[in-house]
Amino acid sequence: MNYDLTAEQLMIRNMMRDFADGEVAPEADERDRNKEFPLEIMKKLGKLGMMGLPFEEEYGGAGADTISFAIAVEELSRVCASTGITYSAHISLGGAPLSLFGTKEQKREFLVPICEGTSLGAFGLTEPGAGSDAGGTITKGTRTENGWSITGSKCFITNASYAKFVALTAKTEMTGSSKEITAFIVPTDASGFEVISNYHKMGLHSSNTTELVLDHVEIAEDAVLGKIGEGFKQFLVTLDGGRIGIGAMAVGIAQGAYELALKYAKERMQFGRSLSKFQVIQHKLADMAMEIELARTYVYKAAWLKDQNRKYTTEASICKLYASEMAMRVCSQAVQIHGGWGYMHDYKVERMFRDCKLAEIGEGTSEIQRNIISREIGC
Amino acid sequence: MNILVCLKQTFDTEERITIENGVVVEDGAVFVINPYDEYAVEEGIKLKEEHGGEVTILTVGPERVEASMRKALAMGADKGVWINTEDFDGDLDEHSIAKIIKATIEEQELEFDIILAGAMAVDDGSAQVGPRLAELLNIPHISTITKITVDGGNVVVEKDVEGDMEVIESKLPLLVTAQQGLNEPRYPSLQGIMKAKKKPLEEVEIDDLDIEEEEIEAKTKVLEIYLPPKKDAGKILQGELADQVTELVQLLKSEAKVI
Ligand SMILES: Cc1cc2nc3c(=O)[nH]c(=O)nc-3n(C[C@H](O)[C@H](O)[C@H](O)COP(=O)(O)OP(=O)(O)OC[C@H]3O[C@@H](n4cnc5c(N)ncnc54)[C@H](O)[C@@H]3O)c2cc1C
Repeated sequence: MNYDLTAEQLMIRNMMRDFADGEVAPEADERDRNKEFPLEIMKKLGKLGMMGLPFEEEYGGAGADTISFAIAVEELSRVCASTGITYSAHISLGGAPLSLFGTKEQKREFLVPICEGTSLGAFGLTEPGAGSDAGGTITKGTRTENGWSITGSKCFITNASYAKFVALTAKTEMTGSSKEITAFIVPTDASGFEVISNYHKMGLHSSNTTELVLDHVEIAEDAVLGKIGEGFKQFLVTLDGGRIGIGAMAVGIAQGAYELALKYAKERMQFGRSLSKFQVIQHKLADMAMEIELARTYVYKAAWLKDQNRKYTTEASICKLYASEMAMRVCSQAVQIHGGWGYMHDYKVERMFRDCKLAEIGEGTSEIQRNIISREIGC
Repeated sequence: MNILVCLKQTFDTEERITIENGVVVEDGAVFVINPYDEYAVEEGIKLKEEHGGEVTILTVGPERVEASMRKALAMGADKGVWINTEDFDGDLDEHSIAKIIKATIEEQELEFDIILAGAMAVDDGSAQVGPRLAELLNIPHISTITKITVDGGNVVVEKDVEGDMEVIESKLPLLVTAQQGLNEPRYPSLQGIMKAKKKPLEEVEIDDLDIEEEEIEAKTKVLEIYLPPKKDAGKILQGELADQVTELVQLLKSEAKVI
């Protein structure tokens, strides 16, 4: 057993912390107010080789491990959760399915621009009528003479406005099963494909969340990602990895909110003492520190299992569920410690509180995580 | 172009520092590349990118310095020479360090056209090692530079002189020390980080060097180390301007005792 990060992981953490403080934090509030996508930051991350972090070197990736990925997401989310989710979705929802299920040709064509950061990664699963129940997908892929025709719509898809192509799921009915789902790689500039970015969100204002509308979008035979009919299985695997990203994002947001609350508690004087001298406040801060530490350790455990090529479905669910609910508690208390000032935008914890809620919803809600854990423990 | 960069690891002065029994407690302290040395590393890499050649990092220190050397390698330096002081019991001061570095350059037969160092280290702030090393090597040095241009054997340097600027011409070989403003150190790239472990890092023991222990014995002694006094909240004077001035002068005399 060894709890130390490796030299590389430590260096990645220090580098990402410097990068987050130097390049991401300064304009985070402004981006949140203006709903401005962190495109320049993504370009800079591309130059640093971060956009292909875990992927094969032959396609321009860096071959780093999942723990390093979790570290990167945490450090970005600590100062700007919108940047954190953009990066996390790019890697774990956008790049990962291509890397896991793509053919050599598909990787050359699609994974390379992901690693370069010239196209952002996006993955379209959720539909207006199919969220937790992703099997209820009604977007349809129909066989044509030279390939496929896709019709349907997807909702809440992260990054698609900045993606040259997205992987998305559709019902195919080739084997006669009504449950058959297949994943396709679809270029976003294909005729009949519309990407609409028009949501008014609670938080994550500078991340890109879109609606995809596909009206008889014609794609080639070789646009199938993985095997026909295995789309459902594939996205379950993809989401396992994505949950580590959301867990890391939640840890990052909580860490950011906790640091601000601790600093504020030491500075703010009431009744002639700083808040941090009141035991009630001390205990709040102690609970925050404890819960963040626990969640981070568990995110690392899930990531480590994945890196060892071991089964990690339960651990991914536990890390995502615990970290996201923990982050909500921490952010709520961070606002509380700031009092009325915490309710104001300038003190940042207000943004973190709003941003944080997504972690309990995206990539499987808390309820769905509990379903998964119950199933895995044999209920 | 052969470029040597002297790099010291220091504790991060922006993190919490604790002192026990007159020494900084290392357990729990965060160690970083001395910020001025980071400018030197960056400038070394830039000179290499412009003129070709090799950047070698030279560091004297215990085992923990490896992390800082690897960071410099991740930024783009080519190799490192680490003078391991982990098992060295005596005290080392600026004079000792400069002698050790000189002896290492000789022992390792390191060729150099230019040596870069930080203007000073943020821990003890003495600003001596660079100039001392130049003196020992019998080469010219220019300290606290904010810009350097190398053209063949000719060098033009801008030097910070207490807020003013001097332009100095010199020739290679030369030692310069980096001042804030020289450059903006890059973030190491992920590829750089992944490659850093495989780059050569030569370890040298002080015993391996052609140097007697008496020669490097510290010539100075640290008598006391203490943290700067805690800053209290400022005082804002109230009332008529004339009264405020009187009160200020009074306070400067009686409380601050500066006049
Ligand atoms: C900002 C943002 C970004 C997103 N990014 C993406 C993306 O990139 N790609 C993508 O495909 N999707 C994305 N999503 C969609 C997200 O994954 C879904 O919103 C989520 O899975 C929930 O689905 P739903 O919204 O349809 O809710 P529903 O499934 O309708 O759930 C509503 C409520 O019912 C509960 N519920 C549902 N079924 C059960 C059950 N069996 N037992 C108990 N409770 C249940 C849920 O937990 C929830 O509380 C994103 C969402 C958001 C908000």
